Amino acid sequence: MEKSLIELNNCGVTRNQKWLVRGVTLKVSQGQIVTLIGPNGSGKSTTAKIALGILNPDEGTNFIKNDIKISYVPQKISIDWSLPLRVLDFMNIIEKHKINEITDALTMTGIGHLLNRDVRNLSGGEFQRLLMARAIAKNPNFLVLDEPVQGVDYPGEIALYKTIQEIVKNINCGILLISHNLHVVMSQTDHVICLNGHVCCSGAPKSIVKEPEYIKLFGKNLDPTLTFYQHDHDHKHLPDGSIDQSH
Amino acid sequence: MFDDFLIRAFVAGIGLAIITGPLGCFIVWRRLSYFGDTLAHSALLGVVIAYALSFNIVISVFLISGIISLALLYLQKKTYLPNDALLGLLAHSVLAIGLVLLGILSFIRIDLMGLLFGDILSVNTTDLLIIWIGGCIVMVLLLLIWRPLFAGTVNLELAKAEGLNPEFANTIFTLLIAAVIAISIKIVGILLITGLLIIPASASRNLSSTPVQMAVIASIIGVISVIFGLYSSLTWNSSTGPTILSLSLGIFILTLLPWKKLLKQKKEIDLSNK
Repeated sequence: MEKSLIELNNCGVTRNQKWLVRGVTLKVSQGQIVTLIGPNGSGKSTTAKIALGILNPDEGTNFIKNDIKISYVPQKISIDWSLPLRVLDFMNIIEKHKINEITDALTMTGIGHLLNRDVRNLSGGEFQRLLMARAIAKNPNFLVLDEPVQGVDYPGEIALYKTIQEIVKNINCGILLISHNLHVVMSQTDHVICLNGHVCCSGAPKSIVKEPEYIKLFGKNLDPTLTFYQHDHDHKHLPDGSIDQSH
Repeated sequence: MFDDFLIRAFVAGIGLAIITGPLGCFIVWRRLSYFGDTLAHSALLGVVIAYALSFNIVISVFLISGIISLALLYLQKKTYLPNDALLGLLAHSVLAIGLVLLGILSFIRIDLMGLLFGDILSVNTTDLLIIWIGGCIVMVLLLLIWRPLFAGTVNLELAKAEGLNPEFANTIFTLLIAAVIAISIKIVGILLITGLLIIPASASRNLSSTPVQMAVIASIIGVISVIFGLYSSLTWNSSTGPTILSLSLGIFILTLLPWKKLLKQKKEIDLSNK
């Protein structure tokens, strides 16, 4: 049997006598994408934080395999204006990388040209791509993506999800992905967990859309495997704003 | 060489300025600008206790500052109050306790002006040793915790998730500030040490584009202020600590000028002349 990277067993976190999330059981193995979906306040980020070891469960147990390299793309980071920080510095905050690793990761997420830009002058979408690039550059075994495409434009969103797939293929890591953006996510996921304070239902993406609990939360017409929309570009936008018509 | 009181003052001031540069940057980044003030207020309690128990002042001030620092870290976790409210709460309440004790123990006489302004011109060789050895230890520890401390300053959860220990680094960092205040308060006074933590770092922000650059430039600005401040205070016969701080304020104002633009214009003029 394959050994999982992380495992949550019946985990719950309580704050001010209220359960933020309860009874969550999940595991992520190498090369697998597990997706958490659920409405606002359903405990998705809390679950991710238990999986990362930031929060200790008040109930149940969390297991994180020893010596695995973890990368985290948090939902929101605000950087204080008093901190002078270039994209290059941000890439190195947790550990120092070689410059070619950094430029490769930045290029992979489409912001290779921003290396020396100050982080606070990036747009929301560019910053999101930077968070992703930093996570990739670490070459992690386990990658947690909390709403990684918020603020990213639609073609960029699809490109980023393609990048995620490439990462899994290239570095063979396990991914825990959090999203409310069902249609793009699910066609590429191995296992979906639908959360609403507890695990409503879980399974392969194709089977989960037929679960009554899922339909109750997200409606019948949102079949992700059907509504997945491939944006067909016949040209390519280059980082400097020009257009490449070559293919 | 250290016989001359002026040379001793230079060596002491430069030592302090080098160490307050990077520490001050972290204070500014973490929005803890009143932290130095809070510890300085609590120093009175440390001094009173030292006198009452005939105890070493540096150690007593360090212990009290250390307790206040740990109390701050605890309150940050346990309450919903922002840093500035917590710092104000601690500063005023501990100052009040210090004053109450001072009133009860009426046999103690403390030179409050001395505590506030110190006297860098009366630094002796032992003080120099304390500043430089203590300063070196603080600097080494700061370099050791730099990565987790900095990562935690950018984002605590990110640092924690990816295997660093930013909370431990925070604790060490606050104790380092307590140590710097303790070793310098008797020598240069509350005003100079808290000023040296904030003003050079703030001036440096206007000139730097990377964190390390900001820390180094802050130290340089501090050293320049100490050197020119000491000279000016001799020339004008003004009190030394305040003169040093006034000079670093002058540097801060200079950094507000649009240097990049001015240099660029000059370049363009030079080019058009050719």
